[in-house]
Amino acid sequence: MRETSAIIQVDRLVKQFGDLAAVDDVSFTVEAGEIFAFPGPNGAGKSTTIKMLITLLAPTSGTATVDGHDIKRQAAEVRRAIGYVPQIISVDGTLTAYENLMLMARLYDIPRAERKDRIREMLLFLNLEGHSDALVRTFSGGMIRKMEVGQAMLHRPKALLLDEPTTGLDPVARQNVWEHLFDLRGRFNTTIFFSTHNMEEADEVSDRVAVMNRGKIAATGTAEELKAKTGKPDATLEDAFIFFTGNLLQETGNFREIRKARQTQQRLG
Amino acid sequence: MLHYLSQTFTKSYVLAEMETRKLLHDPTELISRAVQPILWLGIFGEALSKVRAITTPGLTYLQFITPGILTQSVVFVAIFYGLYVIMDRDTGVLQKLLVTPTPRLALVWGKMAAAGIRGLSQALIVFLFAMVLGIRLHITLWSVFGVIVIVMLGASFFSGLSMIVASIVKTRERFMGIGQVITLPLFFASSAIYPIAIMPAWLQSVSNVNPLSYMVDGLRALMLSGSVERVGFDIGVLAVSALLISVLSAWFYPKVVL
Repeated sequence: MRETSAIIQVDRLVKQFGDLAAVDDVSFTVEAGEIFAFPGPNGAGKSTTIKMLITLLAPTSGTATVDGHDIKRQAAEVRRAIGYVPQIISVDGTLTAYENLMLMARLYDIPRAERKDRIREMLLFLNLEGHSDALVRTFSGGMIRKMEVGQAMLHRPKALLLDEPTTGLDPVARQNVWEHLFDLRGRFNTTIFFSTHNMEEADEVSDRVAVMNRGKIAATGTAEELKAKTGKPDATLEDAFIFFTGNLLQETGNFREIRKARQTQQRLG
Repeated sequence: MLHYLSQTFTKSYVLAEMETRKLLHDPTELISRAVQPILWLGIFGEALSKVRAITTPGLTYLQFITPGILTQSVVFVAIFYGLYVIMDRDTGVLQKLLVTPTPRLALVWGKMAAAGIRGLSQALIVFLFAMVLGIRLHITLWSVFGVIVIVMLGASFFSGLSMIVASIVKTRERFMGIGQVITLPLFFASSAIYPIAIMPAWLQSVSNVNPLSYMVDGLRALMLSGSVERVGFDIGVLAVSALLISVLSAWFYPKVVL
């Protein structure tokens, strides 16, 4: 067994919005090369945690390191070490597939001599080689998500962070996106950290999970460990969630979040 | 420091190029933008020059307002530029850009340069339509170069201002409201369509701190008289204001996603 090492280390992270602690003393560690699920209901603080890890939001207290770089003091290094796929659509629909990738290649300082080859390779890898010069707004939901993964992976980051990567995708597209993510990990040993409100998905694809609820980590471990702790045979991860948090997966989210989710769904669908 | 500056210039160029490509993929916007200056010159200008209500010594009224209309159409494009920031935010494009190692200043300069390029397309339309109307303009290599510089700087300043507003208000509806409220006062408190001399004193002092006046002033000198003593000063004022606003805008910019 290969020696593992921490790629993301979160240490007592807190984010306070007024009186509300959206993220409340959260600590966990993600090992290099892991597929790490970060499930929880809407409003649990998943996106806020991710925004701090990718240096878009400053923590109120506590800190985290990504690939050994402190998110507060070494933001530039952290940004080079990661790729990020936001929940909402982040490819530019008014540019072609090729241009979207070229934009990222140049922003991440991929040497001029390598850019075209990397982009061609990436388009081949995503099975989008025939759509290189098509405007991305003509793409289907699955193709758009694949483009976004491609954009985030072009500079070969050590860790890829995805916020609800498969929300709004149909099962076939979801499967397809995951096959590409597995493949990426196989090739580059990329750590994949993703949030989801779908416990089933977290269970199926991840090596380990950290379940988030109301700003806190409710439990960490492999999905099997968490399910075993419920003491029920055939427990699902959703059962484990209820066991650790004492509440049902509630319906939450405010007007703006719901509108955002629906818009994303509409445009991906 | 040197590395930061070279990064900022390269990345600004990359972003401006992509914005320009978007414009070329769908140039309908350029065409619809052409309507406004054509109406101002062709209808408002023609009508007012018939009544001779405003005296413009040594110039016809149409000559007088051509640089003003050019300024206005450049500024109106730029002042709504923040809308693109809000659109980039509502899709996740902006979040993704902010997570790349791109200097914040480059994100702002890239957009400013793109606003400038849109402004130049407006300048081309105004020049061509002025020729159609037979308005005599002073056109030399240097005056055209000066016009390009002033249009780029003016568009940079007002798009920078617009991006700050966008970063603060964050939604389209509020942004459009504010855009509507500030454009006409800026336009009226300048010498775009009437000489500063006929303004009341208080408006004259407003006009003196309005960057739009410096655009009109510089463009008028370049396009009509060819007397360029004050052009250097106008360009200096615009360059300094654009630089300051870009630094301020780069500070506000990342907050738009929060």
